[in-house]
Amino acid sequence: METRTTSLTTVGARNSKRETVTEENLQYLTFNLAGESYGIDILRVQEIRGWMPVTKVPNAPVFVRGVMNLRGAIVPVVDLRLRFGLESVEYTKITVVIVVMVRSEQHGDRTIGMVVDGVSDVLNINNAAEIKDAPDFGAAVNTEFISGLVAMDSDMVMLLDVDRLLSIEEMFALENMRGTESRSVVAHAS
Amino acid sequence: MAIDIGQFVQTFFEESLEGLDVMEAGLLALQPGAADLEQINTIFRAAHSIKGGSGTFGFREVTGFTHVMETLLDQMRNGRLEVTGEAVNTLLESVDCLREMLVTLREKADIDEARVEELRTQLEQLLKQNEPAVGSAAPVAPSPQPPVSLQTAASPKQPAPDIPGWRIAFRPHPDLMHRGNDPVRIFRELSALGELTTLPDYRRLPSLADLKPEDCYLSWELELRGDASREAVAEVFAWVEDECDLRIEPLTESVSADEPELLTSSDLPEPPAPSEPSAASKPPAPSEPPKARVSAEEAQQGELVRERRKSAERRTSMAAADSSSIRVSIDKVDAVINLVGELITTQSMLSALGVDFEMGRLDKLHEALDQLDRNTRDLQEHVMRIRMLPVGSVFNRFPRIVHDVSEKLGKLVELRISGEQTEIDKTVIEKIGDPLVHLVRNSLDHGLEPPEERLRQGKPETGNIMLDAYHKSGSIFIEVSDDGRGLDREALLRKGLESGLLKPSEEYSDEQVYDLIFHPGLSTAKQISDVSGRGVGMDVVRRNIQDVGGNIQIASQAGFGTKITICLPLTLAILDGQLVTVGQDCYIIPLLSIIESVQARPEMINRVAGRSEVLRFRGQHLPIMRLYELFSAKGAVTDLQKGLLVVVEADGRQIGLFVDDLLGQQQVSIKSLEKNFRRVAGVAGATILGDGRVGLILDISGLVRINNTVL
Amino acid sequence: MATILVVDDSASMRQMVEFTLKEAGHQVMVAEDGQVALNLAQGASADLVITDVNMPNMDGITLIKELRALPTYKFTPILTLTTESTTEKKMEGKGAGATGWIVKPFNPEKLLATVNKVLG
Repeated sequence: METRTTSLTTVGARNSKRETVTEENLQYLTFNLAGESYGIDILRVQEIRGWMPVTKVPNAPVFVRGVMNLRGAIVPVVDLRLRFGLESVEYTKITVVIVVMVRSEQHGDRTIGMVVDGVSDVLNINNAAEIKDAPDFGAAVNTEFISGLVAMDSDMVMLLDVDRLLSIEEMFALENMRGTESRSVVAHAS
Repeated sequence: MAIDIGQFVQTFFEESLEGLDVMEAGLLALQPGAADLEQINTIFRAAHSIKGGSGTFGFREVTGFTHVMETLLDQMRNGRLEVTGEAVNTLLESVDCLREMLVTLREKADIDEARVEELRTQLEQLLKQNEPAVGSAAPVAPSPQPPVSLQTAASPKQPAPDIPGWRIAFRPHPDLMHRGNDPVRIFRELSALGELTTLPDYRRLPSLADLKPEDCYLSWELELRGDASREAVAEVFAWVEDECDLRIEPLTESVSADEPELLTSSDLPEPPAPSEPSAASKPPAPSEPPKARVSAEEAQQGELVRERRKSAERRTSMAAADSSSIRVSIDKVDAVINLVGELITTQSMLSALGVDFEMGRLDKLHEALDQLDRNTRDLQEHVMRIRMLPVGSVFNRFPRIVHDVSEKLGKLVELRISGEQTEIDKTVIEKIGDPLVHLVRNSLDHGLEPPEERLRQGKPETGNIMLDAYHKSGSIFIEVSDDGRGLDREALLRKGLESGLLKPSEEYSDEQVYDLIFHPGLSTAKQISDVSGRGVGMDVVRRNIQDVGGNIQIASQAGFGTKITICLPLTLAILDGQLVTVGQDCYIIPLLSIIESVQARPEMINRVAGRSEVLRFRGQHLPIMRLYELFSAKGAVTDLQKGLLVVVEADGRQIGLFVDDLLGQQQVSIKSLEKNFRRVAGVAGATILGDGRVGLILDISGLVRINNTVL
Repeated sequence: MATILVVDDSASMRQMVEFTLKEAGHQVMVAEDGQVALNLAQGASADLVITDVNMPNMDGITLIKELRALPTYKFTPILTLTTESTTEKKMEGKGAGATGWIVKPFNPEKLLATVNKVLG
């Protein structure tokens, strides 16, 4: 595996937030969305389900599709495409919902589901140095939830910080400033 | 070996706080002038326990303070100090202070030392009143002293280095062993201090026939070589001082300058002079009946009532903070265990049926399912009961409040409580505490008249406040009523018109006028009194009650009194709901809020000011809320005549909710949206429907509020 | 090692003393007032009794008198737990038949030292 050298500007102190940085053996669950690969800390993944109908919640941001019944718990479901500012697609039989544990300072722990196209392998990273800083896409795109990039086979996997990605508070704040996140992050990664 | 006793500190706090409650109840029940000895004893014991425990666990400030209280109570129970209203009040305040201290210490914060000092001084003042006026001894020592030195002469504690040891003449009295003391033990202890030689003296031994085996006839000359101090030696004999003749001399070859002292119990120093009953001392606090008129002194003390209230509030918040655990009676737990057992039986039955099931056994399946239904209902009911506590736990703070506030206001009030055993869900109880306090204060402050006025009206001097709780038709009712002035309808009406909430041209029912009380900023009290006017309005009271799914009504009759009725759900967790469809979505409306569902006919609908729609229903005009608009539902019925209007009520207001259709009614368990998401306006919670989907439960109060703001 | 009867109406004190004594290897019986303690004593013998003075139902002083009337407890060491260090209170216990006293507050080490002293 070749190491890419890049002269990219880092995005602030984002990388210090990587919570698994103290362990040498980092594991990420990778998934696909709109042709791109992403990864999230496997310790945060609670389960993976097929898509099932959700109940709409009035006056929620557009990317919150609704809430679902997860063995008696009421769990909100976020459409990641819409969260990234992409267009939504029809859900099929192979559409997957990854149920994640999200942490927030004010609120504590939440269980939130996110809709993705499909799930791939678990990525093992033995050396933290393999994770590169996320590129700076400029002010137009909010990429606070990207914690880094890593190469997997011939692919680039964008590692996501679920606490920022699925922060309910941020989602509502975002809704109020609609239009800021118009550009897709995905377009720049390739 | 270091033993950690920190694990028992929590128990100490719990039992001490309970002890304070006991003290408070006891003090409130004390009748100055006719004090019940047993009652005082109980109060004394509680203080004593707290003092002991606080010392053990290292809370010195508590020990010192409680000691003064205990001394006062001790004198009361010995008849040496009169039980006066002033003393009782000071003690009550001390209880408050102590409570605060304990709570503060438990949270590891800083104590309000000024307050403690202030109260301690007051307590000591009361103690002083009983001491002879002239040249009395210093006030009773406020803090426990270390074991009193046996030497009356002041002497340094360090061992005289040039003395090789001590010569001890030890002559036990015959009965020394009767109390379980044993000279051998004493010698063992001494030998730990140095080198001990014993020389027994048998001269007093009687003949065998006369020997009483339980008596001690021996004496000893002891020599202890070493550098132990005299205090250390004397302490070894501390328990047997009065059962022996003891002489301790320094061990030298020649007679030393130190005088030998023959210690007998009469040599022991007197404790600080106990207070003498002083017939001639100045009279104690004014000997007026406990239901005091406002005298200058009392009014001055009344200033401190404000502080007491703060601590009552503190206690509330403290109780709230402590709400993470609950005491459950064993019976309730046993009942649940039994029901789980039955559930398991049913489950086995169903399992067995599931193996090679065929249609011929359908009957059995139905039977088993019925049983499952019963089991789950029973289990649900009993599990709910675990979280239910008697409402008395909230009611029991009121005797104190009524006592304090009525005294401050110079009113005579009797509080009657009934239905304390009525059980309510723990979370509901916690939320209604403050509203109830506010309502009672209102009665005390505005509702009840001063004694003179009551007499003029032909009412008895003493006003009444009644607190009652009972179950009725699946809900809990709590009533707060008084026989005071009642609400002033005219004044309220005026305020309503002034503020524009009411229109001059319309007729308003009594209920509608009284409902104005709940509007923020609309107080008709002549002056916002200290007692009830501090930023906690009736609007907040109503909000708190609604937050737990209840409602509040006022009934009143001018000159006769006011009755406030609060209706609360039995539990926050379960609801009887009506399912309705709006477009593709299904919502649940709490059955309690539904007045009626109607199919709208054109003549029932009016348009107001071109925009808002109203429904004519039983002589009133109700605003219509199109739920599909509010919730942006797709595919909903938009023609008012093709759907249904569900008339609901909340906060004394009615509105009509427009839905597509009604589905069934069912009992649903309420789940919070806030756990994983957040609060949504107009939605009270969520539930899992029969088909596994999530259904949203509507918040009728919230919808009414939304509707109001829209207008 | 020894069986000790502990009597105190304060739960935290009982727990603390029981824990301390058990850690040192003793057997412990607890009672929350004199009456309960007396009932226990009539059924089982102890090598040492430690009792508070102020308790409901039956106070420590009465308990000591009652215990001394039992043949099995005639010479059993009995210690009172007293918060008063003035002679009056200590002597009250002795007057009823107590062997000695322990002054509150005490720490666990002091308790054990005193217990050892008495039990030998």
